[in-house]
Amino acid sequence: MPRELLKGNIAMAEAAVRAGLQAYFGYPITPQTELLEWMSQRMPELGRAFLQAESEVAAINMVYGAACTGARVMTSSSSPGVSLMMEGLSYIAGTELPVVLIDVMRGGPGLGNIAPSQGDYNQIVHGGGHGDYHSIVLAPASVQEAIDLTVLSFDLAEKYRSIVVVIADGNIGQMMEPAELPPMQPVKETYPDWAVRGAEGRERRVLSSIYLNPDEEEAANIRMFERWQQIQANEVRYKEYYMDDAEIVIVGFGTAGRISLSAVRAARAAGIRVGLLRPVTLSPFPTAQVREAASRARALLVVEMNTGQMLRDVQLAAAGLAPVEFYGRLGGVTPFPDEILAEIQRLAKGSFSAGDDPRNAWLQRLRAAVN
Amino acid sequence: MGSTNSAQVVYRRPEAFTDTPTHYCPGCTHGIAHRLVAEVIDEMGLREKTIGVAPVGCAVFAYNYFDLDFVEAAHGRAPAMATGIKRVLPDRTVFTYQGDGDLASIGMAEIMHCAARGENITVIFINNAIYGMTGGQMAPTSLPNQKTTSSPLGRDVEQTGYPLHMAEAIATLDGAGYVVRRSLHDPKNIRQAKKAIRLAFEAQQRNLGFSMVELLSTCPTNWGMTPQAALKWVEEHMIPVYPLDDFKVTPALAGLRLQAPREG
Repeated sequence: MPRELLKGNIAMAEAAVRAGLQAYFGYPITPQTELLEWMSQRMPELGRAFLQAESEVAAINMVYGAACTGARVMTSSSSPGVSLMMEGLSYIAGTELPVVLIDVMRGGPGLGNIAPSQGDYNQIVHGGGHGDYHSIVLAPASVQEAIDLTVLSFDLAEKYRSIVVVIADGNIGQMMEPAELPPMQPVKETYPDWAVRGAEGRERRVLSSIYLNPDEEEAANIRMFERWQQIQANEVRYKEYYMDDAEIVIVGFGTAGRISLSAVRAARAAGIRVGLLRPVTLSPFPTAQVREAASRARALLVVEMNTGQMLRDVQLAAAGLAPVEFYGRLGGVTPFPDEILAEIQRLAKGSFSAGDDPRNAWLQRLRAAVN
Repeated sequence: MGSTNSAQVVYRRPEAFTDTPTHYCPGCTHGIAHRLVAEVIDEMGLREKTIGVAPVGCAVFAYNYFDLDFVEAAHGRAPAMATGIKRVLPDRTVFTYQGDGDLASIGMAEIMHCAARGENITVIFINNAIYGMTGGQMAPTSLPNQKTTSSPLGRDVEQTGYPLHMAEAIATLDGAGYVVRRSLHDPKNIRQAKKAIRLAFEAQQRNLGFSMVELLSTCPTNWGMTPQAALKWVEEHMIPVYPLDDFKVTPALAGLRLQAPREG
């Protein structure tokens, strides 16, 4: 397929369509509304289901219903809307259904703003909905990667009967880049043996997330957790840049990772041995890779557009093998490469943050810089 | 069963029912409502193409009693779930079965928009003016001065507003095709209720828009009454507040001549 100049939101939408999406239910919210609007035209054009729901609460429950039939179904939203979906996501997880969600993150908490952020990491990666469940979380850093991961998300969702979240910040949704869309896949014709589609010529099926008997609920939780262990073993994805001899390793996802790469290249040009480990799956987290990096590097630097959410997972994975530093921008502010370059230079000079929480020193530096 | 004389079968368990004793309280009208739905599904031959959506409420385990494909919704979300199912499987029969907390409280947005869109689904709305499953709290449909566990001094309309008339409200929506209220408090009304449920499912078959049958029901346990007193309470106290009527009947449905029930 030829490369086209594509806006991230549109690219993700069309990628889903070409991956055989059968139903989209969503609600307008900036900065991802273009995805809904694309679907509003494209899905009916192809005879597939589209509906703008009355709220994100309704949208995720429409997704829940359609997912029960075994159809390929997705929704998309941004941070405040995703919060509304958390109940539905918990129910979907408890019913063990494949569902894809695209979260185009914006500044928060609360109403926040419509500028890009990475503030939903904890909510998406560490639950958000009540109860014991894990979603697969994919973090693109470019429009092409957003396309590729959106297509992958459906396959992973069905392989594991899991929620898969494509977590992008507003930059990814809004930016335009040359990218290649995949060819159109046909919509599926066979359905799994758990799907509820009307009991034609067979015993009835029931899909529910209720297990009133605690022993049965425990058994269900164990089954889900064992599947999660399989996912952890098989589905970790990450990208490494300039890592072979890196003494300083930046860990960043999505746009923060991409901007860090620019800083890494500039630092390398100045002779600093720095590399980038960019998780592509935030969940399952590339724990082994981070630990490996920490065992070889003098320091890790986590760069995020939040107050240090992935930071905690990196600290856990680094297991004290190397100091973990932090740089973040907040509230919808996107860092520039030279900010991260300055951090690399600070670490290259051997100047580390004192104390347990690297964010204390980071915040002091940030306050000084923005004032 | 197995009778060798010439006795005529005048009633049998509907085929759309499983052979499972229900968990409902003595005197609860859920059993009757379930049976009417099952009989209609039998009569219309819909078992293999029907998907039910169970609520959160006493009927959370409704799927244990129907021999149909079923899904379980979050509280109030059944109309949205039903929409998702119907949009991907438009030729299936999709119905929700919801109580007054599920439909008229937490689910208010979902039911109104489902009806407004004219989704071709059928809603069985059990109105017993109280929250049954959680032990008898006030519902949006509770009557003024009605004592419940969360209105121990009686429902104060100054603080908590007036009972919600869902059938009337939904009937104002253009997307609604068949919206009626019936009662389950005596055999005559139960027969009327069954006719209404049949028409509601016929509306769905014919893509005539959203259909809902609101059924005035009892909750003897949480009302603190005997089953007989509860039935009387429906007749004497609920019907004056919730009149039995046809609030919306789309013209195509009005002149419907139904085929005779299939012989089982």
